[in-house]
Amino acid sequence: MSATAEETVAAPPRRRLRLALWLLSRSFSSMLGLFLVIAIVVLALIGPWIVPYPDHVAGAVSLANKLQPPSAAHWLGTDEVGNDILTRVIIGARISLLVGIGITFAAAAIGVPLGILAGLAGGRLREAIMRFTDLFLSVPGLVLAIALVAALGPGIVNAMIALILVWWPGYVRLAESKALSIREEPFIEAARVAGASRARILRRHVLPNSLSPLIVKMSMDIGQAILAVASLGFIGLGAKPPTPEWGAMISIARGYLPDWWWYAMAPGVFIYLAVLGFNLLGDGLRDILDPRSNRG
Amino acid sequence: MLGYLLRRIGLAGLMLFGLVCLTFVISNVAPSDPAALAAGPDAGRSQIEQARRDYGLDKPLPEQFLRYLTDLAHGDFGRSIATGRSVGTDLARYFPATLELVILAMALGVLLGVPLGVLSALRKDGPADHATRIFAVSGIALPPFWFGLLLQLAFATWLGLLPTSGRLSVFTEPPPPITGLLLVDSLLTGNFGLFREALSHIILPAIVLSLPCLASILRVNRSEMVEALRMDYVTAARAHGVTPWRIVMVHALKNAMLPTLAIIGLRWGWMMSSTVLVETVFDWPGIGLYAVSSAIAGDFKPVMGVTLIVGLNFMIANLIVDLLYGVLDPRLRRA
Repeated sequence: MSATAEETVAAPPRRRLRLALWLLSRSFSSMLGLFLVIAIVVLALIGPWIVPYPDHVAGAVSLANKLQPPSAAHWLGTDEVGNDILTRVIIGARISLLVGIGITFAAAAIGVPLGILAGLAGGRLREAIMRFTDLFLSVPGLVLAIALVAALGPGIVNAMIALILVWWPGYVRLAESKALSIREEPFIEAARVAGASRARILRRHVLPNSLSPLIVKMSMDIGQAILAVASLGFIGLGAKPPTPEWGAMISIARGYLPDWWWYAMAPGVFIYLAVLGFNLLGDGLRDILDPRSNRG
Repeated sequence: MLGYLLRRIGLAGLMLFGLVCLTFVISNVAPSDPAALAAGPDAGRSQIEQARRDYGLDKPLPEQFLRYLTDLAHGDFGRSIATGRSVGTDLARYFPATLELVILAMALGVLLGVPLGVLSALRKDGPADHATRIFAVSGIALPPFWFGLLLQLAFATWLGLLPTSGRLSVFTEPPPPITGLLLVDSLLTGNFGLFREALSHIILPAIVLSLPCLASILRVNRSEMVEALRMDYVTAARAHGVTPWRIVMVHALKNAMLPTLAIIGLRWGWMMSSTVLVETVFDWPGIGLYAVSSAIAGDFKPVMGVTLIVGLNFMIANLIVDLLYGVLDPRLRRA
């Protein structure tokens, strides 16, 4: 594709990484994104050990403490059954991150092989794969996800399945167009002439060269998937309370507006910062890895 | 040009067929039994069997698909369990509210997104550019349902400037529909009080719905403008002494508008989709709220009806954009 992308691929791995990190560190917004992503990942990893009230995660009930405003004991206040909101929001990071990463990787694992296959095979197989993909692209994401959840039944697992089904076609499209453009490159020709098998060409030549746009898309998609899961949780089709999922928490907190307005604040801020982090990081990575691609 | 037109319309027809296939597959491949869904949540075994026969669900799949196609061709989307009305009637009743909201949000998105994109491109890497870019990324990352709650809290509860939810106050009798769009109907009948009331209700949901659209129009327009301003024809125009204003507005913006147009087409469909969240927050009586309340109640047909309507909107918007592309970019007509 672009000159920079090829040069970075051609350089030895460690120098390539150093160049990428240097370029990344020059942009404030990319660094902010990286910081937010690292913060969320660290929270998700060590969350259960740093939360002030570990037994509030599953939903302990202490009605004497319900709906307290933020204080020294409860930094972000307490919810309607007396659980510490800070504790639940931190554990929520674990759920959202896991779900966001899970959806994105599953979608890529389905979409990328299909897309590369379609791009390399051509002919009838390509037609069949691409038309089947188009089927899923005929309805915009959220409504399709709601339709799927309505068919599968509400719940966080079904919400994940629905969102994977919504997300994989994008990866087919991406991988197919990359495979099509790479197929014409001289180095593929050279590999074929040298007697490399189709599987080896796919693994050693096509996949590494499609990696840059893939990483960019996945970074963006983790953020969007976190937002989508929270959205389904909010409208009551995703995670069910007392699961400390951010969207579901806001859905409950909505009933306590405006008098207990701080309840709805923390989960919303966390969703915003998490999605912002992955978007900024994706943006920054795109500027480095895939500078000519379109933004949208 | 005619060939291009026919090809695009043919493609849209294929997409429509694909859309119908998709809703049929979702209705039938889902693990839950469509007969049980059709019979309602409280149905006994015999009622489920009755529903299976009534809806032809005991027939082979190809025959069911044909039946589904004929029903849809007659505008029959099935019956809603919750409202007891036919889904087609419900959709006709709720769609204008959604349409009004989406049109206003799109207008906001375009009218603010394009100028801000141009401004950002002209002041590239300056403070105004950084500010608008941060604003754009935030617009995509803000959860719309939470942003809606914040605006309700600020403008309705604390400042008391605007109403919290709904299309009109509960005490106002909705006027007989002409177009179904309250803002248009109230102007047509010269009822300015009603216009003001409708406007005060729609403004917050429209802002929330327009934000992601505004952000993405801004981003695309900015990067296209940056690209266009670097082109040789801009240098040439400058060398010929064309005024800077004319260079930006005519030479660069005209070329930057094509990809922006594509985003507008995509965003129209996405708005029809994300309006689900906005309508839930603002109790806006449109198809989004209808889909959500039906989905929660396990009422399946309305959800499929909304899916079809949203998909249809998506398809038509893309078709219009494709045709406009053909008009605006002569190169495409020959391809």
